[in-house]
Amino acid sequence: MPVMEYIEAIRTAMKDEMERDSRVFVMGEDVGLKGGVFGTTKGLQQQFGELRSLDTPLAESAIAGVAIGAAMAGMRPIAEMQYSDFMFPATNQIISEAAKIRYRSNNDWDCPVVIRAPIGGGIFGGLYHSQCPESVFFGTPGLKIVAPSTAYDAKGLLLSAIRDPDPVLFFENKKCYRLISDEVPEGDYTVPIGKSKVMREGDDITVIGYSMPLHFAMQAAEELSREEGIEAHILDLRTIQPLDREGILEAVSRTGKVLIVHEDNKTGGVGAEVAAIISEELLYDLDAPIRRLCGPDVPAMPINPPGEKHYLLNKDKLKAAMLDLARF
Amino acid sequence: MTHTGSVKNASRHASLGLSDEKAVLMYETMQLARKFDERGQLLQRAGKVNFHISGITQEPSQVAMAFAMDLEKDWFLPYYRDYAFVLSVGMTVKELMLSIFAKGEDPNSAGRQMPGHFGSKRLRIVTGSSPVTTQVPHAVGFALAAKMRGEQSVSIVSFGEGSSNQGDFHEGCNFAGVMKLPVIFVCQNNGYAISVPFSKQSAGRIADRAIGYGFPGIRVDGNDPLEVYRVFREAHERALAGEGPTLIEIMTYRVTPHSTSDNDLVYRTKEEVDHFKALDAIPAFRQYLTDLGLWSDEQEQELQARIRKEIDEATQYGENAPFQSIEDAFRYVYAENTAEGKEQ
Repeated sequence: MPVMEYIEAIRTAMKDEMERDSRVFVMGEDVGLKGGVFGTTKGLQQQFGELRSLDTPLAESAIAGVAIGAAMAGMRPIAEMQYSDFMFPATNQIISEAAKIRYRSNNDWDCPVVIRAPIGGGIFGGLYHSQCPESVFFGTPGLKIVAPSTAYDAKGLLLSAIRDPDPVLFFENKKCYRLISDEVPEGDYTVPIGKSKVMREGDDITVIGYSMPLHFAMQAAEELSREEGIEAHILDLRTIQPLDREGILEAVSRTGKVLIVHEDNKTGGVGAEVAAIISEELLYDLDAPIRRLCGPDVPAMPINPPGEKHYLLNKDKLKAAMLDLARF
Repeated sequence: MTHTGSVKNASRHASLGLSDEKAVLMYETMQLARKFDERGQLLQRAGKVNFHISGITQEPSQVAMAFAMDLEKDWFLPYYRDYAFVLSVGMTVKELMLSIFAKGEDPNSAGRQMPGHFGSKRLRIVTGSSPVTTQVPHAVGFALAAKMRGEQSVSIVSFGEGSSNQGDFHEGCNFAGVMKLPVIFVCQNNGYAISVPFSKQSAGRIADRAIGYGFPGIRVDGNDPLEVYRVFREAHERALAGEGPTLIEIMTYRVTPHSTSDNDLVYRTKEEVDHFKALDAIPAFRQYLTDLGLWSDEQEQELQARIRKEIDEATQYGENAPFQSIEDAFRYVYAENTAEGKEQ
């Protein structure tokens, strides 16, 4: 099985699906001739032409809104937000329109659009090229939200998202683009939306999260296993809406101790909902209070290197939090 | 146009390619929309329905623009005053009554949305919402889909002059201009955005904005439905010829309050409203048809009786129809059959 970079897995999913289904096209700023500012759509315009790898005017509400219209018309658009920090002008289109089209028309209309947006910091992007906006959209019924951490899941979830009959926000982590490589099958396979995945099995503590911080958790878990004999059970949510309740409860039951991690800031984040689900269902089975390790509650991360480093999660922060939980 | 060799050939509608039957149907549809709208207001005042929002005086231009469209191929994105438009493209008074009574059989939303939030895939009317102008980029998306699939289809989208200040207006127009997409942008300038007059919405003319997007912008008198029809036919032809979008600003006037929740005499005078009421284009259009020998007092009586009966029956039907069941009230947040759409 070929090993592939995360970014290539995303590109391959788009390419494969555009070959398979003439309704699929990608649109956004710089996605055409240049192939995207990160190179995610590289080669698509050369293969599929200007219309199907469409350079749009610099206007995010139109990128989302035009894609929503095309989706209602029966196309399968993939709208790219260059950075998730810039998708807020499209929020009205996403929350007031895409999320509500099926419900408000009593199932007469639907909106099978995918909106891809890179999230996360660690690239010296400063406040406005680093954010994790999941919590803005999380909790909006009608939307599905996925955030893969591996190349395998990135391809499989993007194929599921494109084929999904409802709007899907696809949050890809820009730090993962070239840092994360793993085995990706050639050809067609899908990863189901709404299903979490156990990344590592263990009986001492449970770590639940999504996207980039899970890789720090994996590194920390290996060290804790080697150095302390502590075995961490790590669950990748993969989909953050709808949350995989069963998967979450099963993973927590395994150890009775849970740490929830994400790069988005702590207050009102996805982790708060995960914690609420656990306390609703499993409070008396827990052996320790639920812990969260998240981005700090500041507007966004600074660009200066010490500031960025201080903001971001890393292996050592994960390791310390996991060890602390294990010793509770 | 089937007439041969008489003065009638010189009639304005005939010279625009509209048959006598079509011209008469336009008039009948204007009247139907007017009477429905008046009934909606009465029903609200009588406490039978919670809310009504009116399009009175805008009907002649709404009918005219609809008559310029292709009901089989075009896409329609109306705004909340477009009763005459949706009636012209096939929605029935019964369906509108089901909507204002918020009943389960309402094809627009099963009684989930406020009245005036139209949507019917069968009639190619795209579902709309309350945050204004979001429909403008959608219309561009429909036109983009048509271009990609090589379809001879035009999308037409309505909004008010207040809405034309939203970013989605600019973003949608600009996008369509760059790609020369088959869209007709329709600003129904009725003078007021709730209480705020046009003079406080814009220092210029909405139609002139089209210059900045690289396509024609046309201002037309909404009380001259045949001229409205002519302008829309031209825009439609341009769109189908691949020449791109047109922005049309229809100058009209809102004689009713913004909605049944508004008291308009707080911000304008009765004299002003009366002045515009006197310019109503429906009696003028009736006179036009009468002068051509296409309409008579007898026909008018017959029409009014027919409309009255239709509206009475629709009202009764809407009033008696059941609401959507509680079991169904929260359905369709997502597709219910997850296989749906996967291999379409």
